[in-house]
Amino acid sequence: MKTSRYKNILSGGFVFFISLFLSGCQFALLDPKGQIGAAEKDLIITSVLLMLVVVIPVILMTFYFSFKYRESNTGETYTPEWAHSTKIELVVWTVPIIIIAILGAITWQSTHALDPRKPIESSVKPMTIEVVSLDWKWLFIYPDQHIATINEVVFPKDVPVEFRVTSNSVMNSFFIPQLGSQIYAMAGMLTKVHLIADEAGVYDGISASYSGHGFSGMKFKALAMPDQESFDEWVKKAQASNDKLVTLKDFETIAEPSENAPVSYYSNVPSTMLTTILNQFEGSLMCTITPSNSTEQTF
Amino acid sequence: MFGRLTLDAIPFHEPILMVTMAIIMLGGAALVGGITYLGKWRYLWTEWFTTVDHKKIGVMYIIIAFVMMMRGFADAIMMRSQQVLSAAGETGYLPPHHYDQIFSAHGVIMIFFMAMPFIIGLMNIVIPLQIGARDVAFPFLNSLSFWLFVVGVVLINLSLFVGEFAQTGWLAYPPLSGKEYSPGVGVDYWIWALQISGIGTTLSGVNFFTTIMRLRTPSMPLMKMPVFTWASLCANVLIIISFPILTVTIALLTLDRYLGTHFFTNDMGGDMMMYVNLIWAWGHPEVYILVLPVFGVFSEVVATFSRKKLFGYTSLVWATVVITILAFVVWLHHFFTMGAGANVNAFFGIATMVISIPTGVKIFNWLFTMYRGRIKFTTPMLWTVGFMITFTIGGMTGVLLAVPAANFVLHNSLFLIAHFHNVIIGGVVFGCFAGFAYWFPKATGYMLDEKWGKRAFWFWITGFFVAFMPLYILGFMGMTRRLSQHIEPQYFPMLAIAAFGAVLILCGILCQIMQLYVTFRNREALRDVTGDPWDGRTLEWATSSPPPFYNFAHLPEGNELDAHWYQKERGETDQSRDYQPIHMPKNTGAGVIISAYALVFGFGLIWYIWWLVAIGVVGMIGTWIKHSFNEDVDYYVPVEEVKAIEEAHKARVAGASTKPVTNNDDEDEMEVEYAN
Amino acid sequence: MQTNAVDHHAHDEHHHDIGETKLLGFWIYLMSDCILFATLFATYAVLFTNTAGGPSGKDIFELPFVFTETMMLLFSSITFGFGMIAMKRKDVAGLKRWMYVTFLLGFGFVAMEVYEFHHLIEEGFGPDRSAFLSSFFTLVATHGLHVTAGLIWMVVCMVQLNTKGLNETMETRFQCLSLFWHFLDIVWICVFTIVYLLGVL
Repeated sequence: MKTSRYKNILSGGFVFFISLFLSGCQFALLDPKGQIGAAEKDLIITSVLLMLVVVIPVILMTFYFSFKYRESNTGETYTPEWAHSTKIELVVWTVPIIIIAILGAITWQSTHALDPRKPIESSVKPMTIEVVSLDWKWLFIYPDQHIATINEVVFPKDVPVEFRVTSNSVMNSFFIPQLGSQIYAMAGMLTKVHLIADEAGVYDGISASYSGHGFSGMKFKALAMPDQESFDEWVKKAQASNDKLVTLKDFETIAEPSENAPVSYYSNVPSTMLTTILNQFEGSLMCTITPSNSTEQTF
Repeated sequence: MFGRLTLDAIPFHEPILMVTMAIIMLGGAALVGGITYLGKWRYLWTEWFTTVDHKKIGVMYIIIAFVMMMRGFADAIMMRSQQVLSAAGETGYLPPHHYDQIFSAHGVIMIFFMAMPFIIGLMNIVIPLQIGARDVAFPFLNSLSFWLFVVGVVLINLSLFVGEFAQTGWLAYPPLSGKEYSPGVGVDYWIWALQISGIGTTLSGVNFFTTIMRLRTPSMPLMKMPVFTWASLCANVLIIISFPILTVTIALLTLDRYLGTHFFTNDMGGDMMMYVNLIWAWGHPEVYILVLPVFGVFSEVVATFSRKKLFGYTSLVWATVVITILAFVVWLHHFFTMGAGANVNAFFGIATMVISIPTGVKIFNWLFTMYRGRIKFTTPMLWTVGFMITFTIGGMTGVLLAVPAANFVLHNSLFLIAHFHNVIIGGVVFGCFAGFAYWFPKATGYMLDEKWGKRAFWFWITGFFVAFMPLYILGFMGMTRRLSQHIEPQYFPMLAIAAFGAVLILCGILCQIMQLYVTFRNREALRDVTGDPWDGRTLEWATSSPPPFYNFAHLPEGNELDAHWYQKERGETDQSRDYQPIHMPKNTGAGVIISAYALVFGFGLIWYIWWLVAIGVVGMIGTWIKHSFNEDVDYYVPVEEVKAIEEAHKARVAGASTKPVTNNDDEDEMEVEYAN
Repeated sequence: MQTNAVDHHAHDEHHHDIGETKLLGFWIYLMSDCILFATLFATYAVLFTNTAGGPSGKDIFELPFVFTETMMLLFSSITFGFGMIAMKRKDVAGLKRWMYVTFLLGFGFVAMEVYEFHHLIEEGFGPDRSAFLSSFFTLVATHGLHVTAGLIWMVVCMVQLNTKGLNETMETRFQCLSLFWHFLDIVWICVFTIVYLLGVL
């Protein structure tokens, strides 16, 4: 009995580690390319280690007691009426309380430090990118550069980006796993997340909230440019696009349901485009915003 | 005339569905034919469909739970295989239209139509026996609760063949589930299956709470109740408080869809965040409704098979009460990424972590029950030890997810999927199987085949780890949930391993089916004659297996923990003395009939067949009122009958030690006697 | 014969217990109903400012009308109470009389509510106009549906009073109905205060 159980767990663990080697895979969350993601990775590792302080002894004790006090092991002490020990109660309440207290303190601090709405401290001036989830693609609007893109978001590395996120239809979740935090996209409302890339590269982006038929194809690429020049070049390329996004009607055409949409660029985008999009939803929370007084929902 | 129901509703062009439908219709015809051939319709109606006996109602709940587990598991196998194919570069065989219904149905079925009925079934069979009562407080309501649940099962199964199911996920978030984005019947099937069976669950909550508070054998105070009953009491409190929230939330979505209201629409003031809050204010207590009773099961099993008193009864009870209260202040951890401020997120994160403290205490209590015990590794004990290891890992990943900033990168990823399957399979499902194996002899009079039971356990636990550990890894690789097409090739190895794990679990399920077959085949050799096959500690083991329909000839003494154990030690188990007439409730068909009208009501609403809806409403209310006029609801079991049953049991117990088992049974062992 | 007397006494206590058990069960059901209304109140509290360009409470609530409704319901609770006093005295005729009055007052309440709704819908301020109106109509109508159910229950009980007489089962039923009726009264007081009064002030 005991040997089979050890065998079972060991073989499970074996499979686990072998697969780590064989798959040659990228662990997006454990290989972050931005400061937010890096902080979150550290947090995950710290929390797991803290909890293993309790979890490993518990699992070991389970194996050990099962083995030691099995029926066939007649030599062991048998105390059928022993059912109370203040000492043990004290330990089993206190140790978890201490661990959770530590974890709680870490939680309080990290939740505030990594609040998506909190701007990233940097000497570099932040930029704004507006994100609208459509069915089933992502629209990125650059209000200051007057361009927009489908399924491709570009920014220079080391520049803090404030993403202002909404949806044109159902709930989605804007997520670039290698850069850090996701945030829900909801129609008629504006949510915010601050991210930054520490390394140049191309990162996968997805929707992390099921939104219907074309959900699997709601992928985009996030390009972190090595410097401001390469970013400006890309902006010029987009500004030269023949496709325009000027009016609500233009937007409605783009927003027509489609799946696995290719990357495309739009020019002549007014900085009020996001307001126009939000104002489609009469009576919603953001119905009356203008760029100057824009706020996100507060609790 | 038929609303929006047309022949188009039948999926003629979907081969998988048509084949499934054909198999089910053939199987159903065989079943109906068999019953007719054996002339058992009257028996089924009088002994099972109209029963108000908690033991039989419990058995029926569990049978349906097992059947629905097959469907839910078929959904799982389909999802795993589609994902593997997609990651291998194939289109696969499940387009989004189909796949999205499957993952939605999988969640709904496993929670509402597999786990809940299993738990409620166990509570039904065990609680009255553990507290020394003769039935629950409201036997008719118990029957009604069961049949309303059956209506939910019928509706969700109908959605396979007539129309479609929701393509929204198991909780149907708006605006996706609203009229604009889900105009078809799918979400309406979801609404009415859950709403109708949810009413049944709420009634069960009221029923069991009242039963435990009022119907305990007079000598049993609350702090001498068995732990399973305590845990169930807390779970029923959770049901009473949380299910009305679900009822309202589904009703508001219903109003949005049917009357054009604006609770959760994108415009005119609707707020989808309200839905998310409300549904999880129900949803989090729901998982505790599932897990608290199984904690109770494990408590009973550990004590019995360590042959030792349960360690720390008082702290276990208080830990359960604390968990019950805390269950209501953590719901926001299901949507940290919806954009609440840091203070709110941090509060709910910390509250969630705090729950792990009393939960951890319980695990230590079980460990120290095993400490210096004499542990027998029967099937229930295997499930229990398997649970302790598996659930601890799942709890750890849960506390990790409770850290908001960690949640920001793990939310809705396969890490989340792995976590909740970890605690639900490792906790709830293992607990249900442990309870099933433990109390099967009590409910049926036969022991389950141990060999196949153990094989099932090993396949299940190995399969679980092989199927779900890769999902934790995939979460760290950035894979989100509910994908079915264009899956990144880098995810293929893990998905392949996970699919293999699902196959191992399938083997476990096949072993369970085999176990039932072998048990049935060898039933005479597996008879439980004494009623106490495990040398149990609590009062349910003081009755025969199965117990007489009135449970106890005399209400037992319950003024100590493990009352049955110590009564055995002191030789106080003889029930044969002055018998009294026993007051018992009569069977009634009102529960079945009201539920039949509820089915008509629900179906009519789904398909906009308004005259059917009217019939349903009038029928439900009319039957209810008619039933209230019925005065013939109870009777007294005469002393002679009680004496005969008790003496027969005594003779069998005495005979068991001297005679070999004789095979003279041609009566159905489940058929018990009624006065009329 | 002796055993019969003992049995009879135990039987009586047993029946008394059954009545108490039913009352506890009904009370617990009422607590679940309480949560139901609490959820509707919470929804109203979140959504009542979302008027989407339509009317707010101030624009549509007519306090004198609602005050009359409220008085009718409050009085019906009092008359129900008188009915219960009559029942305790086994005064079946008195019980019936007070039940008739309670029914009329309750029916009047529901009729006035239906009138209010009809009027609002005619003006284009129905539940589909805005989230505020959706939550207003739903909260108030859920209460109204409960009252209606209570009225139907009252009628059934009156009929059963005629057919069965005032036995223990009927007494328990009237006690449950009494709990129900007073509970609905309390909920209405919350509605009147939170929805109507606070909406207008």
